[in-house]
Amino acid sequence: MTPQAHTPLTDDELHALVDTQGTADALAGLQLRLTQDPDAQQRLAQWQWQREQLRQLYRDVLQEPVPQALQGAARQAASARQTSAHWRHLGGMAASVVLAFGVGWLSHSSWQNAPASFTPSSVMVRAQLEHNFVRQASVAHRVYTPELKHPVEVAAQDQTHLVQWLSKRLSKPLKVPDLNAQGFELVGGRLLPGDSGARAQFMFQNAAALRVTLYLGALNQGAAPGLSGQETSFRFETQNGTPSFYWVDQGFGYALTGQLPKEELLKLAEAVYRQL
Amino acid sequence: MSQDLIVAHIPALRRYARALTDNTWAADDLVQDTLERACNKWRLWLVGSNLRAWLFSVMHNLFINQLRQAPQHAGLTQTEFDEVAGQLQAPASGSDQLLDLQRCLLQLPPEQREVLLLVSLEDMSYAEAAKVTGVAVGTVMSRLSRARTRLQDLLDAPVRSVPDGAAKCTTTPRVATLHRLK
Repeated sequence: MTPQAHTPLTDDELHALVDTQGTADALAGLQLRLTQDPDAQQRLAQWQWQREQLRQLYRDVLQEPVPQALQGAARQAASARQTSAHWRHLGGMAASVVLAFGVGWLSHSSWQNAPASFTPSSVMVRAQLEHNFVRQASVAHRVYTPELKHPVEVAAQDQTHLVQWLSKRLSKPLKVPDLNAQGFELVGGRLLPGDSGARAQFMFQNAAALRVTLYLGALNQGAAPGLSGQETSFRFETQNGTPSFYWVDQGFGYALTGQLPKEELLKLAEAVYRQL
Repeated sequence: MSQDLIVAHIPALRRYARALTDNTWAADDLVQDTLERACNKWRLWLVGSNLRAWLFSVMHNLFINQLRQAPQHAGLTQTEFDEVAGQLQAPASGSDQLLDLQRCLLQLPPEQREVLLLVSLEDMSYAEAAKVTGVAVGTVMSRLSRARTRLQDLLDAPVRSVPDGAAKCTTTPRVATLHRLK
């Protein structure tokens, strides 16, 4: 045995064992030293007991249905969206909270900074724009991903040309994200019509031939003046069973669509966002 | 941000709030205040960063603020209520232990209680707990040590000569009643 094996365990090392934090190797090393340290063994047992009992103590709360006040307001919020009169007269603060999240709390910065120019109806218009955008992304995904022979217009081997071409048509320098780290390679891309201009779709696929698409383009800012250039954080929507994460950045909408579990799709969306 | 992603965290937030306050109604008030604050401060959440850690850090800030502002409690906490109720019936076996633990937990200073709960209940990494509570990882570790050591001392404290069913923790829990910020 090396001298280190006899060093008593520090508190930090005991915590790591109780909470299973650290690499498997590190923990194995600690276990080994533990065999030589009866005091630490006793404390470890006590602390592990505490941990288990604490979890037991509040286990029920986790399984309780979320009370009406916190979640039932979502129903009110959904119907409240129809009338602008409801914006300020929601039943309880929880409703306003869930409404905010439900709508996506689009122009929160203009809400706080320029209340005079802000009207609920323009937010509704904006919400509708974004909803249309995701719908179009979702339809484009369902239309093109099953294609065997013509999934894209320009394939990945012409990536430079693809990017130049679409950048020109969308009037914005585009960048194709690299999703190789997530197991997805570029298949190619195509040009598509949007509400009032060009949109781009990039298609990626993984080893299991599962395809995701990144759909992007300018949001029609003419319909919602004063709200252009607003940024939003990620939102999630499922259309006809096809999930998408989408966001707006400097007047451009981005939607990542794919038949993946939400957490995995989110990771991909984050990877895309970080690179664009 | 999708409503679903937020709603998914509500049970864990409720559990943490309940463990912090030991009061069902104060706990749900705390969760509600947390969601409201999170809504208003939405811009402060960095896209793609840890949503759970952010929500819990909002709750942490609210909890600490409320503690500073609230006077010492006048009403019964859930534990005290249970204790009174327990003395009126025959003592059960397993639940005494949990009641003890609850009582002892509440005797920990709030910052120690928080760290212990975040790590033990929420399985947060020490780094994550540090982010939630706004301190350095070293501080998290030292609070964790004090929490676990002190909790063990409280649990091990010898039983004084008190009636059957009474707890081993002999001092009154220092729990403040939380008031809604309005």
